[in-house]
This record gives sequence, structure tokens and C-alpha cells, in this order.
Amino acid sequence: MSALLSIQKLTKRFGAITAVDGLEFEVGRGEVLGFLGPNGAGKSTTMKMISGFLAPTAGTVVVAGHDVRQEPQAVKAAIGYLPEGAPAYPDMTPLSFLCFVARIRGIAEKDVAGAVERVIAQTRLSDVVMQPIETLSKGFKRRVGLAQALVHDPEVLILDEPTDGLDPNQKHEVRGLIQSMAAEKCIVVSTHILEEVDAVCTRAMIIARGRVLADGIPADLKSRSGAASLDDYFREVTDHA
Amino acid sequence: MRNIGLIFRREFAAYFATPLAYIFIVIFLVMAGTMTFFVGGFLARDQADLQPFFGFHPWLYLFLVPALSMRLWAEDRRLGTIELLLTLPITMVEAVIGKFLAAWAFTGVALALTFPLWISVNYLGNPDNGVIVASYLGSYLMAGAYMAIGSLISAMTKNQVIAFVVAAAVCFLFTVAGSPILLNYFENWAPGELVQTIASFGFMTHFQAIQRGVIDLRDLIFFGSAIAIALTANAYVIDWKKAE
Repeated sequence: MSALLSIQKLTKRFGAITAVDGLEFEVGRGEVLGFLGPNGAGKSTTMKMISGFLAPTAGTVVVAGHDVRQEPQAVKAAIGYLPEGAPAYPDMTPLSFLCFVARIRGIAEKDVAGAVERVIAQTRLSDVVMQPIETLSKGFKRRVGLAQALVHDPEVLILDEPTDGLDPNQKHEVRGLIQSMAAEKCIVVSTHILEEVDAVCTRAMIIARGRVLADGIPADLKSRSGAASLDDYFREVTDHA
Repeated sequence: MRNIGLIFRREFAAYFATPLAYIFIVIFLVMAGTMTFFVGGFLARDQADLQPFFGFHPWLYLFLVPALSMRLWAEDRRLGTIELLLTLPITMVEAVIGKFLAAWAFTGVALALTFPLWISVNYLGNPDNGVIVASYLGSYLMAGAYMAIGSLISAMTKNQVIAFVVAAAVCFLFTVAGSPILLNYFENWAPGELVQTIASFGFMTHFQAIQRGVIDLRDLIFFGSAIAIALTANAYVIDWKKAE
């Protein structure tokens, strides 16, 4: 297993507040890492640094052999990123939005239509591709966000709360989609829905105040708790953080 | 270049996705016409030129350009699409220039649609078309400078109304910097060099020179560097403010 994503002593401070504090971990191909933690734990800030949106205060991120400080464009090209809240241009239709992202991601003009059709099928967007994004339901908007993260078939996927606000059926579909891609990609999913970790993750990491509190396969973490549930274990380790 | 082109196309299309584009163009044309005929006395002057038309451009741009520029970055920051845009494999410079060029080109469309006035003045008399071409060029360059300032201010806030009001106020200062409105205030107490420096920032002063048909390299450089400085500051401001 080769590490596609390597995080080294990653730190981010906003003034006096340390949001991420010397985080270190590696994620390899075939791994789905569930990134857990209470609100304000530093999950989104870490993902923003991996995706190249925020510059780290200290430490670095290496994605597919490229250092985010030295080669930010190469890192951005290797990653598919779903930001928190799945932002998309409300005035565009999913079709024009995905074509825009595909082109700017460097997909050759002759392959754009194929790539966009593939992600539309994967995320089941075909019924709404011609509707302005602002008129879509939360579930469809989230799927548009997922589709743009997948359009260039990236090796590394960073998904910030991909199932937030979805109904149970939609959650099930998105989890299915993540599982179907798990074997050939390196995926990091942030969530505070613990059942999701059981459903899709091969590994779970609990962070709070920017530090790793626990890291292991979900079954292991569960067995560390007396009550044998991830919920209890989560409360146990984050309560004292 | 390809990325600038892609961002340009998206942003330019975004203006036409809402009624904003049409409302802007109609208001610009109606106001430019009204000013020219009723305030500037285009017909009463009985002269075949477009002085009354171009003379009002700084005042029109002063609040119409901020209406276009206010959404450039403030909207992206409010919607969170800035995170999407800046995690695509593009550089900050490409993003800033692409957005600016789209908004500037849109102003160009509105300006180009005033061509019936040009035709009219040629029908009514024998104007100096060289002066008119120079004035159009100067007007467009000046619009670019207003747009770059508007884009910079839009990057500072998530609120489009604030972006509009502040941009209009700053554009007003640059418009009147060379005129008695502002200079009278400074003349009484400030040293002469300071008054001259303030006066040299006046958009109106530089535009009036071009409007006379004299394309002086210094005036072109003035507007060109105003655009370049505002856009450079724009890129730094986004980098600084994007985490908020």
C-alpha cells in the first residue's frame, strides 16, 4: 500500500487560536479514512489545507508525491474536493457547471462530454441537468458537489460531510458510491454521523482541538469502549479533550 | 491563458443568467441619453461633437460600475464558491484577471450600444471622428479603472451592498480628486505638492485630456497602472480574507 496522502506536522493558527495542532497521518490507496470529531475540532480546516485552499502555518501536505507548499497546482489537480456545504454556482445548470469544472481541470475538449456524462450517471443527476442549481433540492446540490469532485477521476478524494442534509435513501446512495470507488482511490471523508464510519470507512480517526485522539479500524475503536459502540467511544475520548 | 478564458466565459455568462445584464444596459443607455440631451444640451449646443455625451461618463460609471463589480468576489465569498474556485488547478492571478475581464467586457457591451449617438452626430454634421474614437477608448479605459477598484473592494466583504456603497464612495473620490470639489478643501492648509499629488489621481483630469482627442501616453499609463495596482491588491486581499 502506497501513501497517496501524507500529512506532516500540519499546524494552522488563526491569531491566538490553534485550529490544527501538529497533525500527522498517512492514507494509502484503497483506504477510506473517516475523519471524526466534534464541531470545531479542526476537520474542515485540515481538509482546506489538504486541498490547497488554506496555507498551513507549519508542516505540510504531500499528495501523490507533490508538496502543497511547492506545487499547489499539481496537488489541486490530483485531488477531487467537496467543500463543506457543497458550494456551486447557483445561476448555472449542473451540466454547464460540470463542463466548466471539467475544462478547467484540464480535460481535453473531446473528452469533456464523456467525463461529464459519466459523473452524471454516477451521481444520478440526469433528471435535473438542465435546471439551474439554485432551484435544486439540498440532496441534488450535494450530488452536484460530488459530481464536480469526481469529474477528472482523481486519485485522492477529500469529502467534507458528503452526506450532510441528505435523506436516508440519498445517504445510502452516496455511501454506495464511495464504497464502489474505494478500491482504486484514497478517500478521506469527514462526518459526525458515526454510523457512516461503520458503513463505509476502512479506518477511523477521531480528532479534537486539532489533535489526533484515536486512530484505527472502526471495529478496534469500538472494542476499546466498554459499551462496544463507536458512539460511546467517541464521547469517552472527546469529553476529556 | 486557457484558464483565464474559461473563467471569463463563466463570469460573462453569469451576468446574462439574471436580469442584471439587461437592467444595467437599459439604465446605462437611458441615463447616458438623458444626460446628453437634457443636461448636456446636445442639440442646443449646435456643435457636431459628443462632448456632452462623454462628459457625463465619469458620473455614470461612478455608480453603475460598482453595481457590476459588487458581486465579483463578495458573492463567491458568501456562497462559499470561492473555496471551489481556488481549489481548482488555477492560479490566483488567473482567477482575478478572468473575473475582471468579464466584468470589463460587459461594460464594453453597454458602451458599444451607445453607437446610435455616434451615427446621429455624423448624420447631423461633420464631427471629428478621431476625437470620438479617442473618447470611446478613454472612456473604456476609465471604466476599467473603476471596475478594478470595484473588484478590489468586492474582495474585502461578503456583503454585496457594502461592496457597492464603499466602491461608489471610493470611485467618487477618484473622480473628483482633480476638481475643485476636493481640492478646495485641501488648498487652505495642505502643502502645494500634496494638493498636486491628489489632483494627479483625478480620473476626470486624465479623461478630459483624452476627450480632447489627445491620446497622451501618460494618461493611458495612468489608467493602466490604476487597473494593475487595484488587481494586484485584489489578489492579496483574497488570499488574506478567504479563510473568513
